[in-house]
Amino acid sequence: MYSEKVMDHFQNPRNVGEIENASGVGTVGNAKCGDIMRIFLDIDEDGIIRDVKFKTFGCGAAVATSSMATELVKGKSIQEALQVTNKAVMEALDGLPPVKVHCSLLAEEAIHAALWDYAEKNGITIEGLEKPKSDISEHEEKIEY
Amino acid sequence: MIYLDNAATTKTAPEVVEAMLPFFSENYGNASSIYTLGSVSKKAVNQARRTLADYLGAKPEEIYFTAGGSEADNWALKAAAEAYANKGKHIITTNIEHHAVLHTCEYLEKQGYEVTYVGVDENGIVKLQELEEAIRPDTILISVMYANNEIGTLQPIREIGQLAHERGILFHTDAVQAFGQLPINVDELHIDMLSASAHKVNGPKGVGCLYIRSGLKLRSFIHGGAQERSRRAGTENVPGIVGFGKAIERAVEIMPEKIRKETELRDYLIEQIYEKIPYCRLNGDRTRRLPGNVNFSIQFIEGESLLIMLDMKGICGSSGSACTSGSLDPSHVLLAIGLPHEIAHGSLRLTLSEENTREEMDTVVAAIGEIVERLRAMSQLYEDFVKKQNKC
Repeated sequence: MYSEKVMDHFQNPRNVGEIENASGVGTVGNAKCGDIMRIFLDIDEDGIIRDVKFKTFGCGAAVATSSMATELVKGKSIQEALQVTNKAVMEALDGLPPVKVHCSLLAEEAIHAALWDYAEKNGITIEGLEKPKSDISEHEEKIEY
Repeated sequence: MIYLDNAATTKTAPEVVEAMLPFFSENYGNASSIYTLGSVSKKAVNQARRTLADYLGAKPEEIYFTAGGSEADNWALKAAAEAYANKGKHIITTNIEHHAVLHTCEYLEKQGYEVTYVGVDENGIVKLQELEEAIRPDTILISVMYANNEIGTLQPIREIGQLAHERGILFHTDAVQAFGQLPINVDELHIDMLSASAHKVNGPKGVGCLYIRSGLKLRSFIHGGAQERSRRAGTENVPGIVGFGKAIERAVEIMPEKIRKETELRDYLIEQIYEKIPYCRLNGDRTRRLPGNVNFSIQFIEGESLLIMLDMKGICGSSGSACTSGSLDPSHVLLAIGLPHEIAHGSLRLTLSEENTREEMDTVVAAIGEIVERLRAMSQLYEDFVKKQNKC
């Protein structure tokens, strides 16, 4: 059901952990759909993401998308990190089953939430960053019986 | 490999396969044909029918072969609803039924029937008083499962059957999980209709049956030829039916020993998980449950992750996690017994067979322990919990 890349990132997740006194922390998710992600960013004075860590409660896809998202933003500028969309995360993982697409949305949103927290802490505005939703749940197609 | 998903399906027993084989090769006749080759098939089908009937304390002509448990559930509910519509359009069931019953009820609601979904207590046992109070003059059918497929809880079938019969209401039970696992007598339990499946009890997939008490005026479900006393058309699945018969013959033979062995293993596994895994709870009743069913909620982790990691260690289990069902909602059964969503997501169901061993249970518990530790180290729910504990 999962690609080899998803399985690899699930079995050997990159950047698991926490950053003490992180520049920005974002937690998004929804216990109802079973996934909660927290992302920690360490951003230097030039606006470069020096380090990133995550913790996730969720399924294989939730762990893998968190792991891939952290890989994609590490060492990048804030603006570059903003370009890491859920599609980019999915592509980097060689795709996700349709029912797991929401996990990649959650990963994108977790990065945005951490950046939002960073901006608030520093009293700055990040161009192109909207206040993230804390709760992501895709509307499922209701099947009629 | 350690297989602990016998509630999903079981290994077809070698003697069952052996009994089926001639009906693929030399005995390929159509049971409806007049010549000898056909009558060999007919005889075999009838012998299987008798085996099932004997097990249930029923008459052979009350057993109707179907393509499985879901078909039997669909047939029982739709046909009963249609047949008794002039008496009323109210049906009572529970909120922990299998989807084959629940989705059929939803369908019937769209056809103008009213359905009451009776709740269960925290152990998953149907609330009898609530069920009794739900009965109305226009109630035509009560459908309650014999044993729950996720948490293994055994329902008070005799009491419900008695209640239904005192009020002149039909009683159907989805016995897919209990059929061939426990002794069942349709007369003692006041059962009018009962659904069963072969592959849950070491028989082949794609065959099941519906028991219909004689005298019930239920219509045909599949229209066509005169098979199954004209109530379920279609050339008989002779190898499947023969396999079903053999599986039940075998099940009845080994039943007392199988129950004893599985119960002992089940209790050992429950005890070991409680002992070795912190922050978990057993779902379902401690003793009123299927001999082979163990279902735990393990806090701060998600079921699918646990299953994938168990699979990598060669262990097959299942979960009520949303992520394993193709939808985003966790198991309706775990929500019905009152579990919050995040705990329902972390459930693990292990269902045993008589072939499992105590050594396997030790291996499994050790594997769960390692995996849970790893997943919790990754889980911010656990991190938050630990921080909160440290503050206190």
